[in-house]
Amino acid sequence: MNFTNLIRVAMRAIMNNKMRTFLSMLGIIIGVAAVIIMMAIGQGSKMSIRGELSKMGTNLLTIRPGADMRGGVRQDPSAMQTLKVADYESIKQKATLARYASAEVSSGGQVIYGANNTTTTIYGEAPEYLDIKLWEVEKGDCYTEDDIRKSAKVCVVGQTIVEELFGDKGYDCVGKTIRFKSIPFRIVGVLKGKGYNSWGMDQDNVMIAPYTTVMKRIVAQTYLSSIVVSAVSEEKSDDCIEEINEILRENHKLKEGDANDFTVHSQQEMMETMSTTMDTITIILVVAAAFSLLVAGIGIMNIMLVSVTERTKEIGLRMSVGARGKDISRQFLIEAVMISLTGGVLGVLLGYLLCTAASSMGLPCSIPLWSVILSFTVCACIGLIFGFVPARKAARMDPIEAIRYE
Amino acid sequence: MSEDKRKVVIELDNVKRDFKVGDEVVHALRGISFKIYEGEFVTIMGTSGSGKSTLLNQLGCLDTPTSGEYYLDGTPVRKMKRSERAILRNRKIGFVFQNYNLLAKTTSVENVELPLMYNNKYNARQRREAAVKALQAVGLGDRLEHKSNQMSGGQMQRVAIARALVNDPAVILADEATGNLDTRTSYEMLLLFQKLHHEGRTIIFVTHNPEIALYSSRNIMLRDGKIREDVVNENIVDVREVIAKLPVQNDED
Ligand SMILES: Nc1ncnc2c1ncn2[C@@H]1O[C@H](COP(=O)(O)OP(=O)(O)OP(=O)(O)O)[C@@H](O)[C@H]1O
Ligand SMILES: [Mg+2]
Repeated sequence: MNFTNLIRVAMRAIMNNKMRTFLSMLGIIIGVAAVIIMMAIGQGSKMSIRGELSKMGTNLLTIRPGADMRGGVRQDPSAMQTLKVADYESIKQKATLARYASAEVSSGGQVIYGANNTTTTIYGEAPEYLDIKLWEVEKGDCYTEDDIRKSAKVCVVGQTIVEELFGDKGYDCVGKTIRFKSIPFRIVGVLKGKGYNSWGMDQDNVMIAPYTTVMKRIVAQTYLSSIVVSAVSEEKSDDCIEEINEILRENHKLKEGDANDFTVHSQQEMMETMSTTMDTITIILVVAAAFSLLVAGIGIMNIMLVSVTERTKEIGLRMSVGARGKDISRQFLIEAVMISLTGGVLGVLLGYLLCTAASSMGLPCSIPLWSVILSFTVCACIGLIFGFVPARKAARMDPIEAIRYE
Repeated sequence: MSEDKRKVVIELDNVKRDFKVGDEVVHALRGISFKIYEGEFVTIMGTSGSGKSTLLNQLGCLDTPTSGEYYLDGTPVRKMKRSERAILRNRKIGFVFQNYNLLAKTTSVENVELPLMYNNKYNARQRREAAVKALQAVGLGDRLEHKSNQMSGGQMQRVAIARALVNDPAVILADEATGNLDTRTSYEMLLLFQKLHHEGRTIIFVTHNPEIALYSSRNIMLRDGKIREDVVNENIVDVREVIAKLPVQNDED
């Protein structure tokens, strides 16, 4: 039997059992849609994270207390207290390849103005922080080195804080005093809006104040949570890391052979870590979805076995008028492949629709072409693999026994 | 086609066929030997359960003997591969089943086209042409698109006959092919078989009706899986004469 006839016969068989075929197809549809969505979200978030990180500037370096954590070993809490203001000052003075540097401490809490309040994070930073983050002040000005020295109770605030606390009177919030954890801060500047990042975090829900003030008044600690540095250029990033290593090792009086009690991360490194993390998550999700395809394949095998048994008489008849085992097995294989491929097409469509919906809700979603091609290939393979057993069963029938089957 | 040298088409050599039913063994054929020559029109008769259908299944290469040998055109069928037997059934044999065996939910043309679907020499158009021709030959030219469940028993039987003729077979095996037809239609079918016989085809026709033996060239009687009688009919009656004597029917188109 030639190919067109095989397809025609398979179509006929499928049409004769629309409901049943559709139900067994459903597994494939859902499985493929799930795979498509998982891959689309994985790809989409990777792209948007990349975009965002590179917007921040690739020459950004972050110094954190404690040894390199990537081994996953939990560290002694005291190891997290190794970064001091003195370290920050040394970097500022001695690191020639660091253009900007800022000491950083942070704390979450409630901020109040009058009867309004909202939850936010306060960042204790040097004024250079805004240069590092390429962040502009829209109204007023940033605080100064002088405010740092005096631990002045001043702050710059993000757009969200202004909206939440001042509502439509936001235009004259500069000069007003708000309270964070009952400490009064005078607003000296308002930051330009940045919107949400790809994790869905509101980047405008921040308060930035002198690190000295936050250390003394809010967190009451003598160590820093991190130091952020901007290298003079991207190419000089690695040299800058070296420089910082030397300065801090000297400051911490580490002997040769001692491991660093701090870690310097570059933006690039972070980007790579992010990508691999995203990849891992995507792979896990896709594998989970792929399992549902396996189950769907078994469903197709089941329905095909039922169909072969039901059509025993037809198989016998076809054989008695000259169908070879080969013709019969092809007929059922093609039927199985058609079911799974149709399921694949519908699944891709469903995945596409869901992705469009997700995108319009702000979720980063981008369907890679290869995931569509992969889905179709996998579906065809599922049809072939799970159609094989029923097809072989059909092909091995004895014509006269089959035709007598009731 | 018609040669007078009398070539042997079918040769059975002590063919036995046993069926196991539970612990019992049913001996459906108990040693059958005969030769059928090209161009013979053989009727096979016998009581119900005497093994006629079992024998015909052997001849149609649908089944293989438990013991003994069946030579078709000189080749032992037992030694053929499954696919070779399938091709043989497809190209050389036309088989009319006792219970028609039409595809359900399928039109008569499609049913008749079925054997040609497994022959790549036919394209879709040729297939349909051949099917329509065969259906016209059995008087169903006006029932082409009727599905099998929309037809009478006699019509289904004729579709089954058309399907057996569509591949232009050298050997036609018919099991009770006129069992469900009225007198006139069954004579018309017999006329068709006689015509095919005259064209030189080998026909083996299983029937319960002793009268049909008059129109064939040879009659084999079976009883209990054995041949009881095998006679050659010297003066074949022409079915056309019988039809001419029939009273004119009123439901003709
Ligand atoms: N597949 C089978 N399994 C078991 N027994 C069978 C099978 N096929 C046929 N038989 C037995 O073989 C014997 C011959 O059956 P067969 O169908 O050849 O009879 P028949 O001569 O065609 O009868 P009828 O005129 O009623 O069609 C019967 O006794 C039947 O019970
Ligand atoms: Mg019978």
